[in-house]
Amino acid sequence: MSADSEQRTIRCLIAKVGLDGHDRGAHVISRAFRDAGFEVIYSGLHRAPDEIIQATVQEDVDVLGISILSGAHNTLVPKVMDGLEEYGALDDTLVIVGGIIPEEDRPGLLEEGVDAIFGPGTPMQETIDFVKENAPERA
Amino acid sequence: MNRAVESDLVERLLAGEHRALARVITKIESQTSGYRDLVSEIHAHTGQASVVGITGSPGAGKSTLVDKLAKYYRDQGETVGVIAVDPSSPYTGGAVLGDRIRMASNVGDMDVFFRSMSARGQLGGLSTATADAVKALDAFGKDRIIIETVGAGQNEVDVVKTADTVVVLVQPGSGDDVQMLKAGILEIGDVFVVNKADMEGASRTVAELEEMIHLRDDPRANLDTGHHGAGAFGDSGGHGHGGDHGHGDNAHGHNDTNGHDTAGHDGDEDAAAEVARPVWTPKVIKTIATTGEGIDTLVETLDDHYDYLSESGELTEKARQRASEEIRQLLRSDVNRLLEAEIERRGGIDDFADAVVDKETDPYEVAEDVLEPIRECLEDRDD
Repeated sequence: MSADSEQRTIRCLIAKVGLDGHDRGAHVISRAFRDAGFEVIYSGLHRAPDEIIQATVQEDVDVLGISILSGAHNTLVPKVMDGLEEYGALDDTLVIVGGIIPEEDRPGLLEEGVDAIFGPGTPMQETIDFVKENAPERA
Repeated sequence: MNRAVESDLVERLLAGEHRALARVITKIESQTSGYRDLVSEIHAHTGQASVVGITGSPGAGKSTLVDKLAKYYRDQGETVGVIAVDPSSPYTGGAVLGDRIRMASNVGDMDVFFRSMSARGQLGGLSTATADAVKALDAFGKDRIIIETVGAGQNEVDVVKTADTVVVLVQPGSGDDVQMLKAGILEIGDVFVVNKADMEGASRTVAELEEMIHLRDDPRANLDTGHHGAGAFGDSGGHGHGGDHGHGDNAHGHNDTNGHDTAGHDGDEDAAAEVARPVWTPKVIKTIATTGEGIDTLVETLDDHYDYLSESGELTEKARQRASEEIRQLLRSDVNRLLEAEIERRGGIDDFADAVVDKETDPYEVAEDVLEPIRECLEDRDD
């Protein structure tokens, strides 16, 4: 008999990377995720890629949501992805990016391993559903 | 999910792989099938770390203090594991775990392993999960482990009891807070920290705490029976321990020699022969966590308490108590699940509840009915 009851709770890290000081969106999504029953860890503002990597690895989150409005996504996101790879965390972490990402930059980010990009105006439910459907099955 | 995978995971954890440690804690937290095998395997590798629990009301500065404490240990070349426990919503199970934000001094330092946990609505399960996560950090090789939790209720008190030393954080001028603490958390503190000591009213809060510590009729004497050996505290009322008050209550030791002393205190022959064991009086310390002021005193006091625990034999005693509590907790939750399954098999709790409401039966009868086969089973085994 197995007495273990699986308690599947989706864990997310919502991260602000780099210098932009605008985190209203990150707050809103954190709260929406919480209300959807997820466990949300919010990084706070002005984080370096290293900090995001450290938090993602240690907290073993299913989902990493990076919020970027500064335009520095092409330099910062790849750094984070490389770090995740280094710790063996890239394969089983769903990475989503939100914020101002120009259309022409999107293929590059997806190439880096980002799983989805959500621009301004995306309905909250769409993001939540995406996470629920795509959160990695953990071995 | 098989045993081989789990053994591999444990091996990787023992080899110092951060990802493996993180994954083990996840399994523990979500009680993934097989997590018990993991914890069993880890168990043999534990026992090296010293564990400090930090609790206090929201806003008292726990996270900042933990951050500075971790930094201090790191500067001494020690590795640190932190588990921060936050409440979760009883409705959705969701949670925002925000303590990580304040770990600013240890940015990018993987040797501070910080992990957020939430209650996940498990009744009593949180302390089990936390204790198991502490084991994982211990086996991984962390020298110091800090458990941080909001001191809000029984759940949190249970969590913090899995630590060797309990620190209770208090804000200055928070008369109401102190009132709140009187009831529950005051009893469990080995060290009290008045944080934000630069705020008005800090000295008064310190004085209040000191007073409370000395007034209390050691509440633990009643709680942990047998814990301190015969008559360690006796019930001699008042500030016996510490031994720095001249006049003699029959301090610790002579259990019941009826009050007033034969003046045989202060290390005379008989006292020395009788009670060489040290006694811990909770300390009150002032800190300003944001600037790091007082952190060194706190570290010293924590070390003192740890020394006291080892010398008095209480460390071993605590470990034993923890083990028995863990066994009990585990058994309770397992039996619970057996019963839940049994209720399900018999048509579910709703039917029973309806029957009780309709006066066809009563709760005691139902309980007896459901329990009966289990009781029979156990009794049969005695033959």
